[in-house]
Amino acid sequence: MIKGLVTGVIDWVDARIPMTDTWNKHLAQYPTPINFNFWYFFGSLAMLVLVNQILTGIWLTMNYNPSAEGAFASIEYIMRDVEYGWLLRYMHSTGASFFFIVVYLHMFRGLIYGSYQKPRELIWVFGMLIFLVLMAEAFMGYLLPWGQMSFWGAQVIISLFGAIPIIGDDLTQWIRGDFVISGATLTRFFALHVVALPLVLVVLVFLHIVALHEVGSNNPEGIEIKKKKGSVPESELSPFKYHKQFSDKKDIVDAAPFFPYFVVKDVVGVAVFLFLFAAVIFYWPEGGGYFLEPPNFEPANGLKTPEHIAPVWYYTPFYAILRAIPDKLIGVIVFGSSVLILCFLPWFDRCKVRSIRYRSTLHKLNITQFIICFIVLGILGALPATPLYTVISQICSFGYFAFFALLFIYSKNEKCKPVPERITK
Amino acid sequence: MKKLLITLFALLPSLVFAAGPSIPLDKANYDLTNKASLQNGAKLFINYCLGCHTMGYQRYERVANDLDIPNDLMLDNLVFTDQKIGDLMTNSMHKKEAAKWFGAAPPDLTLVARVRGADWLYTYLRSFYADPSRPFGVNNTVFPDVGMPHVLEELQGVPNAVFETEMVDGVEHKTLVSIEADGSGELSKDEYNQAVLDMVNFLVYSGEPMRVERERLGMFVLGFIFIFFIIAYLLKKEFWRDVHH
Repeated sequence: MIKGLVTGVIDWVDARIPMTDTWNKHLAQYPTPINFNFWYFFGSLAMLVLVNQILTGIWLTMNYNPSAEGAFASIEYIMRDVEYGWLLRYMHSTGASFFFIVVYLHMFRGLIYGSYQKPRELIWVFGMLIFLVLMAEAFMGYLLPWGQMSFWGAQVIISLFGAIPIIGDDLTQWIRGDFVISGATLTRFFALHVVALPLVLVVLVFLHIVALHEVGSNNPEGIEIKKKKGSVPESELSPFKYHKQFSDKKDIVDAAPFFPYFVVKDVVGVAVFLFLFAAVIFYWPEGGGYFLEPPNFEPANGLKTPEHIAPVWYYTPFYAILRAIPDKLIGVIVFGSSVLILCFLPWFDRCKVRSIRYRSTLHKLNITQFIICFIVLGILGALPATPLYTVISQICSFGYFAFFALLFIYSKNEKCKPVPERITK
Repeated sequence: MKKLLITLFALLPSLVFAAGPSIPLDKANYDLTNKASLQNGAKLFINYCLGCHTMGYQRYERVANDLDIPNDLMLDNLVFTDQKIGDLMTNSMHKKEAAKWFGAAPPDLTLVARVRGADWLYTYLRSFYADPSRPFGVNNTVFPDVGMPHVLEELQGVPNAVFETEMVDGVEHKTLVSIEADGSGELSKDEYNQAVLDMVNFLVYSGEPMRVERERLGMFVLGFIFIFFIIAYLLKKEFWRDVHH
């Protein structure tokens, strides 16, 4: 009786929108490579943090006051007078840092296994757009507590637009809505942070996943799990049922449906992640002064410059590149390029082999030096500039860009190891 | 390339620890579960500091409830104005006037422990020394030329700086080696250190009044997630028995 009712309702909906079909195509009958390793947890985790940011953000908005006079006090009101307001606030502020940790690891995964290569260029480009919007989102969110570092960090970054010839000064004034960072800047950043950018972010995440599901996931071996129709003997086909859109055109091997196999696997990753996330929220919410910077517990004061203005840790690699260049305009151009160049990674790499497992020693060394440069830049960007640090930043900035140049040169005729035909063989 | 990497790695520690405070800070061994210390800190703060510095994001009622002080006792002994128990801990000092008197208006202290750190506060409040060249007759080794007078002098006594003189290339160099109170204060040296520690304890509490609750709740959350992890892991293992690889 009840079972009949349920199938009745499902049939009724399916006759009107493709509910079951979508569920099957994207989850229950979506072929996923079975050799996913540790690095493949971070996609679903990024999604989890996005949901965390949106939900805690909605509740924070209920008690936040977006005005120069009231912003700082309203944060302390949330921390003290709102029931579990402190928990919402720490979940949101820690979530921002964890979002970047997860996203950086997710990008690293794509880098080492060549997940950006043909035919997955658009997945990478959408991902990079997500990264850009995320940086803007976090930057605007950081102004909202209206602390000293909120104010002066925004001051430094917005003034960068002033380096653009002719329109620079007018442009910075247009962004700020005032001659200095003020309540006018705060309200517009609030609007962008809570409405505009989250909408863009959700749309981009949707496109990222649609693009992914169109071509299918890459995997640590960097080889396809969809083979030419009829090329695989019956006994070697993946034993699971897949959506006809996949199985009609291709023979699917070494795969399992996303639901339930990868859902239960990702849930294990979620549990480990939540343990670390909760450990920080409950025992280390300031993250040693990197997740919440100490000067930001002092209200914004336009007449008192902090001793050392450091951006939040997730911007520091790019900030170090900016500071490494002595000329302001060239610095801003190089800084912008350092982020944008990542978008074009699929076209810098001309190699046909994807995974680092089968690529040349040169490529492994190149990725290693790139990661070391990126981390050193990240450390230096958080420290006050000294002549020695500036020289090291310049060397690492060079290493950062050299990665792409070298990749473009050697990848054309790279000597790779033979790639196996199948994941399991 | 390799050489460069090795040099970079060798440099890392010096890069990370390069920026440090110029004056070594004393460790403040505060204890947020010690209610007597917190109560004493609240008493000292309200008597000596609140006249000039506000604690403008914290309410009297919150302090009373968190520190086990009955509300009427709090109102009778620690609320000197006609404020209500649920009011924010403010004062009536005029910011503009105060800036004229002290050079800068005394900052709000609700979050000072999160800005400066407990060790800084503990050292700062014990580092005033008599210096007749300053407007209020005192200077501070942690915060040189600070605009604040030594408000706790009646507790500590007059703190005299002890200098050591050295001849370097025929020029006399004076270095401050220690600060000794003259004994005119109400408290002995140890008692004064304890009083300052109590006050720092209270300021750490006020910076994050939910901290003890946060750390208590954290145990349950982490415990729950751990059990959840075990179940999730077993579930994954069970399902993946179907997948041959």
